Amino acid sequence: MTAMLEVSVWRGREEGAFVSYAVPARRSQTVLDVITHIQRRLDASLSYRFACRVGMCGSCAMTVNGKPQWTCRAPVSEVAPSGKLTIQPLRNLKVIKDLSVDMTTFFDKWARAGGAFKPALGRPTAGVGGDFAAVKPASRARRAADAAIECIGCGVCYAACDVAAWNRDYLGPAALNRAWSLVNDVRDGARRERLAAIAGDAGCYACHSQQGCTEHCPKHLNPTASIAGLKRASAWAWLTGKP
Amino acid sequence: MNAGASKSRAETGLWLAQRLAAGVLAVAVVVHLGVIITAIQGGLSAAEIIGRLRGNTAWFAFYLVFAAAAAIHAPIGLRTILGEMTPLPPRLIGLLMAGFGLLLALMGWQAIYGLYAFRPLE
Repeated sequence: MTAMLEVSVWRGREEGAFVSYAVPARRSQTVLDVITHIQRRLDASLSYRFACRVGMCGSCAMTVNGKPQWTCRAPVSEVAPSGKLTIQPLRNLKVIKDLSVDMTTFFDKWARAGGAFKPALGRPTAGVGGDFAAVKPASRARRAADAAIECIGCGVCYAACDVAAWNRDYLGPAALNRAWSLVNDVRDGARRERLAAIAGDAGCYACHSQQGCTEHCPKHLNPTASIAGLKRASAWAWLTGKP
Repeated sequence: MNAGASKSRAETGLWLAQRLAAGVLAVAVVVHLGVIITAIQGGLSAAEIIGRLRGNTAWFAFYLVFAAAAAIHAPIGLRTILGEMTPLPPRLIGLLMAGFGLLLALMGWQAIYGLYAFRPLE
């Protein structure tokens, strides 16, 4: 007889309840496979979100056994060796239905943190005519930008962050991490505005360096270090009067 | 300068002030604890404390700076906690904390001055 997993899934919106499902255990099964099994075989009304299934798109993040994580690259054998799974939507975001959350606030905050690249006029900038910017791969700024750049926007860090839970306006680890990669982009021309945007009472200084973001980031990025970098950069700009 | 930018400047200034005050406190607390630990060997008396601090400008200056650092550091931290944990409006928290900081400084300085300029009752 096939071994079964005991899966408890959140159904509803902010108000709702857990519903239990029995799902056959398979070899090399991911948490996303489990949810897909429920949706295709047991209850077609279950809502959840995924796209690439290979850890690139950042759309399948959920709370699994209390921890925010991507589900496509979360093997059941590692996440729940006991065979018991509790699956909830991500924390700190409005639930649309079941396991799908509304990411609008999350991405609006990226925009508010100056997450868009603004080419510096008159400086060689890739794609804006003229020469390509020559950025030395070993330069300090390039390495700092590199360390923060692989974010897939899954929202795991935002769900792991207690400050985001306490302060609804807090920009959050992902948006601040994005701002830090742009602060280190020598082709960018919006440093002053960006530093002003991230230094408000809901910006980098609100971070308590608890490192929940860093602990849970599936890409092993370190948003806490990025936020510390922003604190240093904006404090330095404050002291010297230069952006 | 728009409201957002001046708010950012204020937050940055407060953050820096709290970090600098923390730097002062790190040294001051170690000195303070060191003195306490050495001073209580063989008992502690009011006369001994007054003997050390009365008229001593170096200790007077040290504790003035120590109290000022505490009065800067504590209200900024408490402001964050109140902002996160209570529904009080930010402006009210700011006012309350400015008052709290001032109170801490005045109480600290008054105690230090009392010991520095101590005159026994005739």
